[in-house]
Amino acid sequence: MLAKRVIPCLDIKAGRVVKGVNFLGLKDAGDPIELAKKYNDQKADELVFLDITATNEKRKTLIELASRLAREIFIPFTIGGGISSAEEIHDLVTAGADKISINSAAVKRPELISEGARQFGAQCIVVAIDVKSVGGGKWHVFTHAGQKDTGLDAVEWALEAEARGAGEILLTSMDCDGAQKGFDLVITAQISSQLKIPVIASGGGGTLESFSEGVLKGKADAVLAASVFHYGTFSVNQVKRHMQKDGILVRL
Amino acid sequence: MIMIGIINYRCGNLQNLQNALDFLGHPSRLLENPEQMQGIQKLILPGVGAFRHAANNLKEFGFWEPLLKAFAAKTPILGICVGMQLLFSKSYEDGENEGLGLIEGEVVRFDHDLKVPHMGWNRVEFHQEDPLFEGIAKENWFYFVHSYACYPKDQQYLLGGAFYGHEFCAATRRDNLWGVQFHPEKSQEDGLRLLNNFAKVNPC
Repeated sequence: MLAKRVIPCLDIKAGRVVKGVNFLGLKDAGDPIELAKKYNDQKADELVFLDITATNEKRKTLIELASRLAREIFIPFTIGGGISSAEEIHDLVTAGADKISINSAAVKRPELISEGARQFGAQCIVVAIDVKSVGGGKWHVFTHAGQKDTGLDAVEWALEAEARGAGEILLTSMDCDGAQKGFDLVITAQISSQLKIPVIASGGGGTLESFSEGVLKGKADAVLAASVFHYGTFSVNQVKRHMQKDGILVRL
Repeated sequence: MIMIGIINYRCGNLQNLQNALDFLGHPSRLLENPEQMQGIQKLILPGVGAFRHAANNLKEFGFWEPLLKAFAAKTPILGICVGMQLLFSKSYEDGENEGLGLIEGEVVRFDHDLKVPHMGWNRVEFHQEDPLFEGIAKENWFYFVHSYACYPKDQQYLLGGAFYGHEFCAATRRDNLWGVQFHPEKSQEDGLRLLNNFAKVNPC
């Protein structure tokens, strides 16, 4: 049977891994290739790299990163961060990225999802959705690093992304991100049970229990976290062993 | 020196496959047209995306007939993902489309309530002993990503099965022809070992 996946996420700025709390206060967390190798050895199932650099050099740096990664690790990896055209997707896939995550650009121009899926296959297109609770049992989609409320309903947008050909949803709760107090189980379960494609839970993974809960209560197909892995609170292996103890099938 | 040819019919990322072969120390070459199959001892047919598009490209770039000839000439061939599906008689993706027909059987979409694509790590149960699986434990893990799966008509071609709602064909073999539904180039140690095993099988 299919194992649930544990995915370390690396935020990249100017070629270095950084981690912030609630999208503010960035701290240096190391060299991306070194960390990728470390997680690879710990049996990470996939890796996600999100670039938050906002300079002209960005594109070249990302392509170089994808190309180096593809030569050094033999597990799937996703690259995202400000990607807004099929041409950029093409360049990164050619360099060796297995999947491309698109976020704000997909909200602005949903056709990008269909174009990407048509040209590179649905499996290649991960739609990243950042959500915040707006009360009344509703969640909205936020863009621009969680600063802009698009007014879009989170569940409706996830369904549209799926209909347009997304292969997977990377769902991040802005309310929980960085706090390490657990994933937003309510919205994760809502979206995961309404969609046919896999959903990755992100934002809030902290305690060992929180990862199991993301799968058991949040119904996520995969769980993603950054800080707990970067700062060595837990290894990927430790998280997986705990999940296994809770009756979840993982690759060990 | 054995040279492995990777068929480039513009269907997916071949660089990662070549990276894995480089890492293992096996020389390989991307084949841009069938003329370049000269001097090649083994072939890999990779593939990502939709079956019909892949089948059309395989014809358009002139590899269809040469592949059938290479099989008849006993050249070891490995199909990966859609490259495996193309070995079968037909697929139901985007209508009914014919494959190479080297393995009698069909490629059908998962029709259960589980998430599709079948994406992530799954275990392959070996139904037969095979040099491709040499040194790979029963508790193996391989990385899959696909929405359609292969079902050979004759069980003798079911080399390995994986379970996702039901059992499907994860690995097939007919003489000098192998196919795997998962991505060995993305399956860490088990995948690299399998590629290494393919590189080592003796050309007939």
